[in-house]
Amino acid sequence: MIGARHPMDMIRSEAMQLVQFIIPIESSHLTVSYLGELGLVQFRDLNANKNLFQRTHANQIKRCGEMGRKLRFFKDHMAKAGILPSVLSEMSQMTQAHTDFDELEAILSELEDDLIRVNANNLKLLRTYNEHLEYMLVIQKVGEFLYAKQNLTAALRSQIHDTDRSEMITDPSKQIKLGFVSGLIPKEKTMAFERTLFRATRGNMFLKQAAVENLVTDPVSGDKIAKNVFVAFYSGERAKEKIIKICDSFGANRYPHADDLERRREIIEEVSRKISELKVTVDVGLQHRENLLKHINDQFAQWNLLVKKEKSVYHILNMFSFDVTKKCLVAEGWSPIFASNQIQSILQKATIDSNSQIGSIFQVLHTKESPPTYFHTNKFTMAFQEIVDAYGVAKYQEINPAVYTIITFPFLFAVMFGDWGHGICLLLITLYFIVREKKLSSQKLGDITEMIFGGRYVILMMALSSIYTGLIYNEFFSVPFDLFGKTAYACSDTSCINAYTQGLTKVRQTYSFGVDPQWHGSRTELPFLNSLKMKMSILLGVTQMNLGIILSYFNGNFFKNNLNIWHQFVPQMIFLNSLFGYLSILIIVKWCTGSKADLYHVMIYMFLNPTDELGENQLFIGQKILQVILLLFAVVSVPWMLFPKPFLLKRQHQARHQRRDFAMETLFTVDNDTIELNPDHDSNSDKEFEFSEVFVHQLIHTIEFVLGAVSNTASYLRLWALSLAHSELSSVFYDKVLILAWGYKNVFIIIIGIIIFLFATIGVLLVMETLSAFLHALRLHWVEFQNKFYEGDGYKFAPFSFALLSEGGDD
Amino acid sequence: MYGFEMMTFNVQGGFLEAIVRGHRSSLLTAADYNNLCQCETLDDVKMHLSSTEYGSYLQNEPSPLHTATIVEKCTLKLVDEYKKMLCQATEPMSTFLEYITYSHMIDNVVLIVTGTLHERDVHELLEKCHPLGMFDSIATLAVAQNMRELYRLVLVDTPLAPYFSECITSEDLDDMNIEIMRNTLYKAYLEDFYKFCQSLGGATAEIMSDLLAFEADRRAVNITINSIGTELIRDDRRRLYSNFGLLYPYGHEELALCEDVEQVRGALEKYPGYQSIFAKMSYGESQLLDKAFYEEEVKRLCLTFEQQFHYAVFFSYIRLREQEIRNLMWISECVAQNQKSRVHDSVVFIF
Repeated sequence: MIGARHPMDMIRSEAMQLVQFIIPIESSHLTVSYLGELGLVQFRDLNANKNLFQRTHANQIKRCGEMGRKLRFFKDHMAKAGILPSVLSEMSQMTQAHTDFDELEAILSELEDDLIRVNANNLKLLRTYNEHLEYMLVIQKVGEFLYAKQNLTAALRSQIHDTDRSEMITDPSKQIKLGFVSGLIPKEKTMAFERTLFRATRGNMFLKQAAVENLVTDPVSGDKIAKNVFVAFYSGERAKEKIIKICDSFGANRYPHADDLERRREIIEEVSRKISELKVTVDVGLQHRENLLKHINDQFAQWNLLVKKEKSVYHILNMFSFDVTKKCLVAEGWSPIFASNQIQSILQKATIDSNSQIGSIFQVLHTKESPPTYFHTNKFTMAFQEIVDAYGVAKYQEINPAVYTIITFPFLFAVMFGDWGHGICLLLITLYFIVREKKLSSQKLGDITEMIFGGRYVILMMALSSIYTGLIYNEFFSVPFDLFGKTAYACSDTSCINAYTQGLTKVRQTYSFGVDPQWHGSRTELPFLNSLKMKMSILLGVTQMNLGIILSYFNGNFFKNNLNIWHQFVPQMIFLNSLFGYLSILIIVKWCTGSKADLYHVMIYMFLNPTDELGENQLFIGQKILQVILLLFAVVSVPWMLFPKPFLLKRQHQARHQRRDFAMETLFTVDNDTIELNPDHDSNSDKEFEFSEVFVHQLIHTIEFVLGAVSNTASYLRLWALSLAHSELSSVFYDKVLILAWGYKNVFIIIIGIIIFLFATIGVLLVMETLSAFLHALRLHWVEFQNKFYEGDGYKFAPFSFALLSEGGDD
Repeated sequence: MYGFEMMTFNVQGGFLEAIVRGHRSSLLTAADYNNLCQCETLDDVKMHLSSTEYGSYLQNEPSPLHTATIVEKCTLKLVDEYKKMLCQATEPMSTFLEYITYSHMIDNVVLIVTGTLHERDVHELLEKCHPLGMFDSIATLAVAQNMRELYRLVLVDTPLAPYFSECITSEDLDDMNIEIMRNTLYKAYLEDFYKFCQSLGGATAEIMSDLLAFEADRRAVNITINSIGTELIRDDRRRLYSNFGLLYPYGHEELALCEDVEQVRGALEKYPGYQSIFAKMSYGESQLLDKAFYEEEVKRLCLTFEQQFHYAVFFSYIRLREQEIRNLMWISECVAQNQKSRVHDSVVFIF
């Protein structure tokens, strides 16, 4: 990235413009690669109707693909040879511009030929080498068979000689000469091999086999497999032919074997001599290959990047169309307005560098198409932006909820995950990732680790917030601490040490920060905390929803949409606040005054019987009249939301239609030539207006909002529920596991108790609870907050950038 | 239990059915074929295929491509998918999947036997075999001299053994009886497969019997047409027809008597299902019959995907993929030999 960035705020996406480049052909390649370095232009495909291989630069892309294939070929071989891929250093990045693309192609094909040749030579050598090794094995094993048998037959013969001499004297001419075939066969094929041999010779053969102890390298495939040495004895030429054919079809390697002892010794010597010779040659060959691969490896990463860049440049060039003269390329694309100067200077630089006679032309096109959404994020805001984008990419220049999400998301998470002990654990984990950020970002992490690493700053904020809320809740692994002064309550007599129900009186000033530790373990702990957290949830919810509606005002204001302000924002504000805003005020009043009024009752009877006397539930004077007025407001605001907007839209549309017709008429009469209608760009304003559709849409919106106001407020109660679940779970693990085990005074039980406690804390509270609180916070943002104002129907700015390319990994 | 498959089918077959439907959606579409037909060189074909699922199989092929390489790699993809499905399958689906490959086995056996008869190299022949129809001792086929040996040496170990019972003779092999052997084996295979599908019951039986009947009828027609003018006598011809299908038994009687293509046509036009095939052709042209049958088959195969909870989708998918590979082979051949005008002659669009 070059040059200083325009200061950007995140609340609205960057102002974009559709630009057109007219680039002379000779400088087009350089221009595109410079723009790729800048990475601030998203090109549009002007040849969408053309096939990939019909485009101008299909051949170059094919060449790049071919080079990519060669590089993959090298990579495979390097991986097989165990050479680690070199890392692209800053230095080589500086020098890479000097390597010419055509040169590189030549180098690559030369290297590929070299490598293939070397491989072929090595393969041939290895094959002979392995064949000799196998031969050696066969000679040894078969020798063992034969001698064992000779001894046996000799012994047998001598026995027979003794018993029946007359029958054994046979005519030597009738003796059948037994031949044999010996060789090696893969172990798993031996059964089928034996069966086939038996069947083919009708049993007139004898097969002897022995397993080779070590794995044998097969000369043909080069794999190491278990093999058997076999000797098949047969009689007759036809059997021999058959056996040889079968051996071939089973992939058995046959080796000749000498009967003669002398000859055998000679062969063994010969073979072992050859083996040692071949070994030396093979080693030299392998060394040569490794040197070659190392040479390739030195520049591999650089070449790989260059080829990728080249390929992407041609892909972009393929999106350009020719102008009428065929001497220039026309390109269109989106770019941020602030980048105009940078782009122009780059175009000039490219013109100069490529010695082009004509400069490139850069001009802004006017369009009604919606531009892409471009937020510039840093490593901190990125994860939050991702959270919002996962729901939907913001419409061009609408308010970006990510700005608020940065603080509200961790905070709502922490409301549910309020424990400063657990918060510290989270903090330590995320600090580990943040401290080792530089190192970790350059290496590949596992799936889950990658996710945690990506969200490290979100987790940091979450951890800090949960420490804060944990201090408010006064929870540390469910142990209360009195960090902020002493508890305000004390026993008035000795009887209340164990029984917390009564007898406590306030003796000091109120505990200065958060929940008084004395509440912990008391019988009224739950009712107290429930009431506190429930009301707090409603306050937080109403506040966040109000924020959402107010943001819709800013959106309406920005897009000059008074209709949305007056007929959506205003009635929505009135409706929400006259019901739930009022409830919030009641809650605060109740807290301040310490009244014992039943707020459920107040709210429910405000609808059921607004004129009824409030009685003891009255919190302030004039409450009844106020309630009636608020109820009336709420009732009025519903039709206000529903009816005016569709009718006003209809009127607007008709007015626009008339105006345009009028304009067209006048234009036609005045001057026929000046009309410049670009059908592509103007088509948006001419949308069909379907009143019933708009009305139904508005109806759905209204119903959704009215019901949503109730259900969303109720939905915020999940803050209380999750927080309750968290504190209860942690107190169960603490009281029922750790404290219980401690009570036994037995080292063994205590150790088991601690282990269970640790695993429960890590597994359930730190992992599961974090996930569930995260999900609920996510939901509160996506649904309850964002549906008040966020359209999220934009598309992301996807610039053509080399920086993204090198991050993109292998593909 | 017919009609209740949806209660239990997914326990064993749900995952694979989902997989096969996913595979199906990666079949090339008419738009793809249109693009492929516009290719100038085989590199263009490769470039276009690189954006489809064949991409990863072709990407490491060095540039002067050959049709054989493209076909080989595309077949490899099918084989990989088949093998993956087979390892996941449980009974009876695994048996069903294995049945699909038997036809390739028969073809491979015939290929090797014919090859050795004409003294071709065994390894060369092995490379031509369809990888789906490979079995361990296939190369040993070259040793056999007659049917009996063929059976005794090799085939007794393969699943094809039971189909052989009808053609064990001690005659020496020649082209004619190899062809008869192929058809006898095929007949036995189709009948066995048919019986197996019937035993599965439910939608599988219903759909598969339709598909297999079509297959059997097509073979019957092909046997008839190919045997016109040869020394094959009527009874022998009749014996090669499978004993099921739309044409069985009366259609077979008529086919056995046919002396020329027009008579075949006359026999088949009585069957509404096949009338449409012939309706497309004018009198006298029989070379287009193959394509017409393929088109009809593809149509029927595509329809099987309309119903759920049955095994016929696996059969259909593999058949469709094979058709696609045939198409690719034809297109590549046309492109390689610069005969682009003939591209459309034999390509059967799947969608």
